[in-house]
Amino acid sequence: MSTFLELDNLRTYFPIYKGTIFRRQIGAVKALDGVNLQLKTGEILGLVGESGCGKSTLARTIMQLIPNTGGSVVLEGRNFSSITRRALRVERVNFQMIFQDPYASLNPRMTVYDTLAEAIQTRQRIGAKLLPGKVAQLMTTVGLPANQMRRYPHEFSGGQRQRIAIARALAPEPKLIIADEPVSALDVSIQSQILNLIAKLCREMNLTMIFISHDISVVKYISDRIAVMYLGRLVELGPATDVVEKPLHPYTRALVSAVPVPDPQVERRRQRIILQGDPPSPMNPPAGCTFHPRCPYAIAACKAQRPELEQKEPNRFAACIRVGEI
Amino acid sequence: MALLEVENLRTYFYTRGGIIRAVDNVSFSLEQGETMGIVGESGSGKSVTCYSILGLIPRPPGKIVSGRARFGGIDLLSCPKEQLRRVQGKRISMIFQDPMTSLNPYMRVSDQLVEPLLVHEKMGRSQALTKAIASLEEVGIQDAASRINLYPHQFSGGMRQRVMIAMALISRPEILIADEPTTSLDVTVQAQILELIKQRQKDLGTAVIFITHDLGVVASFCDYVNVMYAGRIVESAVTDEIFARPMHPYNASLQQSIPALHEKGQPLFTIPGLPPDLTIDFRGCPFAPRCVHAGDICKEQNPALKQTAPGHKTACIRFQRGEIADLRLRNVVATV
Repeated sequence: MSTFLELDNLRTYFPIYKGTIFRRQIGAVKALDGVNLQLKTGEILGLVGESGCGKSTLARTIMQLIPNTGGSVVLEGRNFSSITRRALRVERVNFQMIFQDPYASLNPRMTVYDTLAEAIQTRQRIGAKLLPGKVAQLMTTVGLPANQMRRYPHEFSGGQRQRIAIARALAPEPKLIIADEPVSALDVSIQSQILNLIAKLCREMNLTMIFISHDISVVKYISDRIAVMYLGRLVELGPATDVVEKPLHPYTRALVSAVPVPDPQVERRRQRIILQGDPPSPMNPPAGCTFHPRCPYAIAACKAQRPELEQKEPNRFAACIRVGEI
Repeated sequence: MALLEVENLRTYFYTRGGIIRAVDNVSFSLEQGETMGIVGESGSGKSVTCYSILGLIPRPPGKIVSGRARFGGIDLLSCPKEQLRRVQGKRISMIFQDPMTSLNPYMRVSDQLVEPLLVHEKMGRSQALTKAIASLEEVGIQDAASRINLYPHQFSGGMRQRVMIAMALISRPEILIADEPTTSLDVTVQAQILELIKQRQKDLGTAVIFITHDLGVVASFCDYVNVMYAGRIVESAVTDEIFARPMHPYNASLQQSIPALHEKGQPLFTIPGLPPDLTIDFRGCPFAPRCVHAGDICKEQNPALKQTAPGHKTACIRFQRGEIADLRLRNVVATV
């Protein structure tokens, strides 16, 4: 398998300005601060982290909805950060996005047919006669009755709307899909239907996917590898089961231990690591390891230098100097 | 004698689209100091049940059609407004899901915190303020004396929820109703908040009604659980029983559709179809159309919640008749 997507020292800063006439930049929110990542074709990468850690900014930067400040996004050997906007538009059919809220991400004034037909047309112009057949085929793929294609989004339930959003993402036959919290707004019984659908589609169409969620059990179930983010940087990366069951980084440990398990007997036995306080502001991140103020294992050396994401075990990476000791 | 006893509660909403039977014949009782969970999906009636008890249902369109809620010798559903006001926020208080929308953005935290003390306890302002600062310290807000004068937007999500908890507990209520208090928070902050509620509950001996859709939170937090579906309680038992021996197919299938209980690669168990339209006055069990165990009787006879084992009630007719027993489809082991 070859490298499909490569992020090299990717940085996205949002400048903060002060004043109106004598406007000057007084700082920057470092939403992404040096992310390195390689994805293989057909891989599902789970991305977890607390709100504000930069998960969505990473998704949007890869999609080039937000320009990156530094570093590069390379998809199949083409560097997105250096091509023209027009060339980017042509490339966009290859990578699509599914958003969290299917109530907000579908145009309420377009029927399902309009929405999907428009998305199909972005890859190639298709004659008006063939379009309904294509749309019907897409709807069947995502498990929607094709005879409902003339309906509007409000006539569907939340789960069905998310299926429409998935169908729209699949319409231009993309190679990469970024799903930003696609099941968070859904009820448990509907969530499992959508997860099954996503897993099936990825397998059958050999899609590469970045699956963003704050729910670790969902991410563990669906992805091949998990990347854990904290304050704009990756702190751990490895095979999904290993990362959840034997986390290396203290932050991953705390994150995993905070997830309540639906089994009262397990709950009674387990020891929870409760982190103190909130994540610090990305405007003014702490020196050294950005996690050290909340880390139960922090030592003096953690405050001095920022650890890089390094290989600690085969296929497993962590950004912590104390991995071997704790 | 139970602390709170709810009997045959029915709350309907009269809308242009028809009558929505949001809560349909719900009964339960809450003991002193107990933590009772109400689990269910959106639209199952968990919040409306609690809003009805506290008199927070907007009328019209809402109407409490029948029922009683006995608390300290009065019926909360039929007592005069003045009497209810002395209970609201004093003896029964509530925390909501989203702390940003339930705190007043125009009022300083200090003013919002002292309000219950001024209203209910007829306390002086300076004395109330001292108590408010102490209550903020008790929920783990450092430097409370200066931060009490800030506005809600100056706090983070987790801190706002702490303020809400401090406000709800300031007059030492007998019952705290928590409506999805951690749903909008990160897991790490959720763990902090759950730990805090548990701690304060132990200190004050408050009973808690915990509304959630997260079975994981239920397992770690509640003593007793009511599972709701389509406005009715379909199963109720102590937490261990709910998970170890589910007696209603809805509860069993809900547990089996959680990714946490699944091996990778194995497809997730799914419940086919959608919850019923509550404007239709259907006959039979509301879960029957989606239930793998449903028989003819389920579509004809209205089920009632009955005890089938000590301390364990189910509203499944076929289970009550002993036609179905072990509802777990396969043995699953819980991991994260």
